[in-house]
Amino acid sequence: MRLHVDIRRHAYDDLAVLDGVAFTVEPGEILCLIGPSGCGKSTLLGIVGGLVRPTDGRVSTEGALPEGSLNPFTFVFQDFALLPWRSVAQNVAFPLEHHRLTASERDALVAEALRRTGLSDFAAALPKQLSGGMRQRVGIARALVVRPALLLLDEPLSALDAQTRELLTEDFLDLWLRERTTAIYVTHNLDEALRLADRVVVLSRRPGRIKEIVTVGVPQRARRGPEAATTLAALRERLWSLIRDEAAIADREMVHG
Amino acid sequence: MADTALREPGAAVRFRGGGFLPGTSRLAAVAAFVGLILVWQAAISFGLVSPVFLPSPVEIASALRDLTMSGELWRHLSISLVRIGSGWALGTAAGLCVGTAMALFSLARSVGLPMVSALYPIPKIALLPLLILWLGIGEVSKTATIALGVFFPTVIAVYSGIDNVPRNLIRMAQSFDVPFRDIVWKIALPGALPSIMSGFRISVSTALLLVVAAEMIGAESGIGAFVLQAGNLMQTDQLMAGVTVLSILGLIVGAALSWAERALLAWR
Ligand SMILES: Nc1ncnc2c1ncn2[C@@H]1O[C@H](COP(=O)(O)OP(=O)(O)OP(=O)(O)O)[C@@H](O)[C@H]1O
Ligand SMILES: [Mg+2]
Repeated sequence: MRLHVDIRRHAYDDLAVLDGVAFTVEPGEILCLIGPSGCGKSTLLGIVGGLVRPTDGRVSTEGALPEGSLNPFTFVFQDFALLPWRSVAQNVAFPLEHHRLTASERDALVAEALRRTGLSDFAAALPKQLSGGMRQRVGIARALVVRPALLLLDEPLSALDAQTRELLTEDFLDLWLRERTTAIYVTHNLDEALRLADRVVVLSRRPGRIKEIVTVGVPQRARRGPEAATTLAALRERLWSLIRDEAAIADREMVHG
Repeated sequence: MADTALREPGAAVRFRGGGFLPGTSRLAAVAAFVGLILVWQAAISFGLVSPVFLPSPVEIASALRDLTMSGELWRHLSISLVRIGSGWALGTAAGLCVGTAMALFSLARSVGLPMVSALYPIPKIALLPLLILWLGIGEVSKTATIALGVFFPTVIAVYSGIDNVPRNLIRMAQSFDVPFRDIVWKIALPGALPSIMSGFRISVSTALLLVVAAEMIGAESGIGAFVLQAGNLMQTDQLMAGVTVLSILGLIVGAALSWAERALLAWR
């Protein structure tokens, strides 16, 4: 499945947020989205996932959806969005409950998602008993349980400390390398983007426009190796020069509201 | 000077982080309670206070025992409990429905919010005479007064509880195409439960207050009527026995609610 995003314009009342953002997401790629704070990244993801109605624009798919997907476009949220009164297993089961599945089918899907995210031993725990990293693993398990065709991740690791972020990046990459689920991944972190992305879309400050789409070129498996180091360092320099001035100006803007 | 210690070379850092962490001692609480009763009993035994105005703890206890043995206490108490129970259940059921509707639908909110703001501050006991005119002097007018008193705090607890459920939980459910009904039952209401439970605390004490007041205005039976009659007859030991029962009732209900909160809100 290929995804075409074409947002001509999006505004909240008088606040223009996106202005001519068009790109295509290729099947099986991770597309990272970076840009200064407030430039409309979450809005863009919301539009793609059907949670925000665009002022003028259209998101469409091309090609067949993968078979058996219960929720083709699935979010992973920055603040995890877990139901605090439900156990880990019940949280993961939540998106299955309104589908026609027998209890044993549902339990099997939940057990499988917990196993893939390393949560099997925590099935009965409540969110408040888990560390931030474990909570986001639950968020990822809940996203995987519905067999998504497209993952929409909005700064999934930014609420975590640097070491946990590192660990989860590795785990996420492992998962992705096995299944290659297409993903749009919003992050502020250039290193995270360069670790995961096939391509990086750089947005300008608000109203967000595409400044550049940078192709990383090195396969994800090879990015830890010394051969890749120079290429990645050059790419990092390039990305930073693209967002540096934008970020500096955005940083000095007064907050609306 | 307090901080010379820091300026002198080699001096130890002075601890300054103490206080502002009060604890509680069960022993002190029990001792104070027992002490109060002893002082009270002594004041009457030594003739410092007339037992006509303030009966001694021993007298109150014996009045309480006699009332229990004769079955009179239970007769009044059971009548009051039925009034509280039916009024509270009615007011709570209506409050849950209206509060939920106000939290979810624009029309209900637009109509309900000004209405609730205008009617909530009225002391509901002031409406009893009107309700008696409408519904008669019997049980219905008392139950209605209690139900009204319970209704408003419940509406506000449910409405604000649902309103404060994090928006992102609802977006999460929508992102999985969870149907509206399920979002209400699985997210809005459980998320509002802490607020609803604290609303129950308010509504239960309101119900207790209103049943006594209503029974003092127009009833032959019930704890309120019993306390009023005892006062009219200068039977202060009976009066105090009735008041003691009300206090114990309040404690029991409070303990039951605390228990329910611990059981239902363990996830917090
Ligand atoms: N529902 C809304 N109503 C009105 N304005 C909104 C709404 N959501 C976002 N905005 C505004 O739109 C702009 C873009 O917001 P958005 O959350 O998409 O940015 P972002 O790039 O995700 O920012 P961040 O990097 O801080 O997450 C911001 O100025 C924000 O204040
Ligand atoms: Mg954002």
